[in-house]
Amino acid sequence: MRRMILAAAAALTLVAGPALAAGEAEHPRQQKWSFDGPFGTFDRGALQRGFLVYKEVCSSCHAMQQKAYRHLANIGFSEEEIRAIAAGYKVMDGPNDEGEMFERTARASDRFKRPFANEKAARAANNGAYPVDLSLIVKARHDGANYLYSLLTGYKAPPPGKTVGEGMHYNPYFPGGQIAMGAPLNADAVTFADNTPATVEQMAKDVTSFLAWAAEPEMESRKRMGVQVMLFLIVLSGMLYAVKRKVWADVH
Amino acid sequence: MAQHGGHQPNHGAEGETRRDFLYLAAGGMGAVGVAAAAWPFLRSWSPAADTLALASTEVDIASIREGQAVTVTWRGKPVFVRHRTADEIKQAADTPLNQLPDPQPDARRSAAGKPQWLIVVGVCTHLGCVPQGQRPSETRGEFGGWFCPCHGSHYDTSGRIRRGPAPKNLEVPPVTFLTDTSIRIG
Amino acid sequence: MAHGTPPTQLTNPLMRWVEHRMPVFAFMDQHLNKYPTPRNLNYFWNFGSLAGIILVIMIVTGIFLAMNYTAHTDYAFNSVERIMREVNYGWLIRYIHMNGASMFFIVVYIHIFRGLYYGSYKSPRELLWILGVVIFVLMMATAFMGYVLPWGQMSFWGATVITNLFSAIPVIGPEIVVWMWGGFSVDNPTLNRFFALHFLLPFVIVGVVILHLVALHTHGSNNPLGIDKKGPQDAIPFHPYYTVKDMFGFAVFFVFFAAFVFFAPNYLGHPDNYIPANPLVTPAHIVPEWYFLPFYAILRAVPDKLGGVALMFGAIAVLAVAPWLDTSKVRSAAFRPVYKILFWVFAVCCVVLGWVGAMPAEGIYLTIARIASAYYFIHFLVILPILGKVERTLPLPTSISAAVLKQGSGMVAGAPAEKP
Repeated sequence: MRRMILAAAAALTLVAGPALAAGEAEHPRQQKWSFDGPFGTFDRGALQRGFLVYKEVCSSCHAMQQKAYRHLANIGFSEEEIRAIAAGYKVMDGPNDEGEMFERTARASDRFKRPFANEKAARAANNGAYPVDLSLIVKARHDGANYLYSLLTGYKAPPPGKTVGEGMHYNPYFPGGQIAMGAPLNADAVTFADNTPATVEQMAKDVTSFLAWAAEPEMESRKRMGVQVMLFLIVLSGMLYAVKRKVWADVH
Repeated sequence: MAQHGGHQPNHGAEGETRRDFLYLAAGGMGAVGVAAAAWPFLRSWSPAADTLALASTEVDIASIREGQAVTVTWRGKPVFVRHRTADEIKQAADTPLNQLPDPQPDARRSAAGKPQWLIVVGVCTHLGCVPQGQRPSETRGEFGGWFCPCHGSHYDTSGRIRRGPAPKNLEVPPVTFLTDTSIRIG
Repeated sequence: MAHGTPPTQLTNPLMRWVEHRMPVFAFMDQHLNKYPTPRNLNYFWNFGSLAGIILVIMIVTGIFLAMNYTAHTDYAFNSVERIMREVNYGWLIRYIHMNGASMFFIVVYIHIFRGLYYGSYKSPRELLWILGVVIFVLMMATAFMGYVLPWGQMSFWGATVITNLFSAIPVIGPEIVVWMWGGFSVDNPTLNRFFALHFLLPFVIVGVVILHLVALHTHGSNNPLGIDKKGPQDAIPFHPYYTVKDMFGFAVFFVFFAAFVFFAPNYLGHPDNYIPANPLVTPAHIVPEWYFLPFYAILRAVPDKLGGVALMFGAIAVLAVAPWLDTSKVRSAAFRPVYKILFWVFAVCCVVLGWVGAMPAEGIYLTIARIASAYYFIHFLVILPILGKVERTLPLPTSISAAVLKQGSGMVAGAPAEKP
């Protein structure tokens, strides 16, 4: 019986292992993340710094359609701060009573302002490449957080013999080794409010944390609830086992 | 079962109690588990986070001339914004409270310090129809406010119920004047 | 129905009144309470009721998801994300549903292999087994259509590839595919009909499950010894013995289930399905969900399109006729020393098929896939018929109760695993 269970477990792990990531890319470098593991939580400081990096750097090309300014309350911004952040953007609204679309100041309930009106406009402004939406990027890539961090910090000169297409950049972590996006992060591109030095690694790590939160905003409550549910079920299993033994005592 | 009756083990009274307690505890815990599992499903029907976030509406009232009214949407319901005439204000203010089924002074219903602005939820308190009286072509009922065509409730120029089956005055939503010409409802 | 069940006696007049008009109490008493069940069932017999509870969980979570889902190509992806982000506990309900599909297949695969090991498909349970295969096919159809609904990249391309299988049908194949799509590619009409069917099919499954249970309760459960009950001493009433054992099984399985839902909700999924569907770009590696991989491997093992499709469906069809392919008079592998080994070889073969199904269809993987696919069919079409004729089986115990009382003798090895 035991063998059967072991075999089933082995079958599962073998079969369920995700298909190989695109063979031509280097494996992402593994980082330690505060949100790893069953008790992992997000580091609020990293999330807020990461949001700044997104806001100042990434958001000029990458949209985050699933996120609204109000969601920032979740990473520790106050209502006034959120209102102030939103007020920095103009969004389209309408039609008004005259039937015209009009621009107004963004509110907390608005989604993050998209840099381009649509995919075509985004491609036209980026040499035909499409800067993907980042709301789900950490879930949409295998080993997402490590991949993003490796990609953001992985720009270097192409090795001898490797030619890189025009307008492309060498990055060994990107499938195929060439990416249209130039190295997005430069040291001191932003100034963090908490005086953390804005090195490329720091910014990459923080913005990755922010994007991990953006992809899985429910993660902390999910894991917290998970611990409670598991404890409950384990105790319940133990009790039911005791009941089962009592009930069966007279059969054997 | 006959085949078990024979060798029913001779639990003493004490063993019996312990067993009963175990059954009860396990059963109780199972019941708690099922009830707890039902909660997320019930809760999923409550307004979602994005629905709650859209719970306020901003309205520009600069273009509403005296005597006119506009209808705006707030939380999926119509809200009547009426720019009242001096006459209408006086009528509302002079009505003795003892003539009202749901006594409320006009000063508590119109915008504070701006009695010309009356903002009420345009849903009849009887059974949820939208009263008439917003457009010039519509009847405003016998008291110059609104008239609900469904079951004939008459509201006055303060949106208070005066006659008909509706039990309460038209609801006044929370309103903030952002500027003199712009309000936020909710 | 089930023989040897003591009659139901009612004393409460109200219950008697109802009973006279609709015999529900006797029915429940006979099938949930007194129902005589072999006394030696091991924990592998828990997986039937486990599959039942998961079906219920899938239907409940599915209905609540449907309340927030929009079946339109422009909104489907975002409506799922809205469930994940905005709806109260939406993430929980979706993750239960998403992982519940995998749990359902894990449980049903164990249930199927238990049937194969203990010969549960043999006379008089052939119909019971065939109804089980029907449930399995319906489950696969339901799971496939459900996977399309979030309208991610894997949804779209999975739907495209699987519907294209039908283009292998000679002459009318291409027409059929256009008919299934309701257009010239997988598009909004396809999504809409898949949603409708994904909602419907679970209730069809419930119907077939009821038939499965009717067939089960006609002759009762098989057991690890594979011999028939000889008398009341071989059986115990379903309640409380198996009700409490099933409850315990549920709780343990839920621990396993919860571990995925709360701590690794996307482990069994594919990251590409968090990219919105794009009809212009196919992902580099498209793989079906893990539970389809063995069949996917068989499909790709055949160089011919029609042949691959035929063999894949044949792999399921051959299960249905297993009762007639297996010629052995002895049910349980416990008394079939050669079959017991070959059963495990077959199990490994299925695992290998699942593994190569996830690998690129080239080089050594293709060779392995071909060997394993061939063996899959050899097991059913060659080994089962011949082995039944030539195998020297071990002597069967005279009765279940005799074997249970003599526990520990080599004769019942592999049968009752649980501690008394």
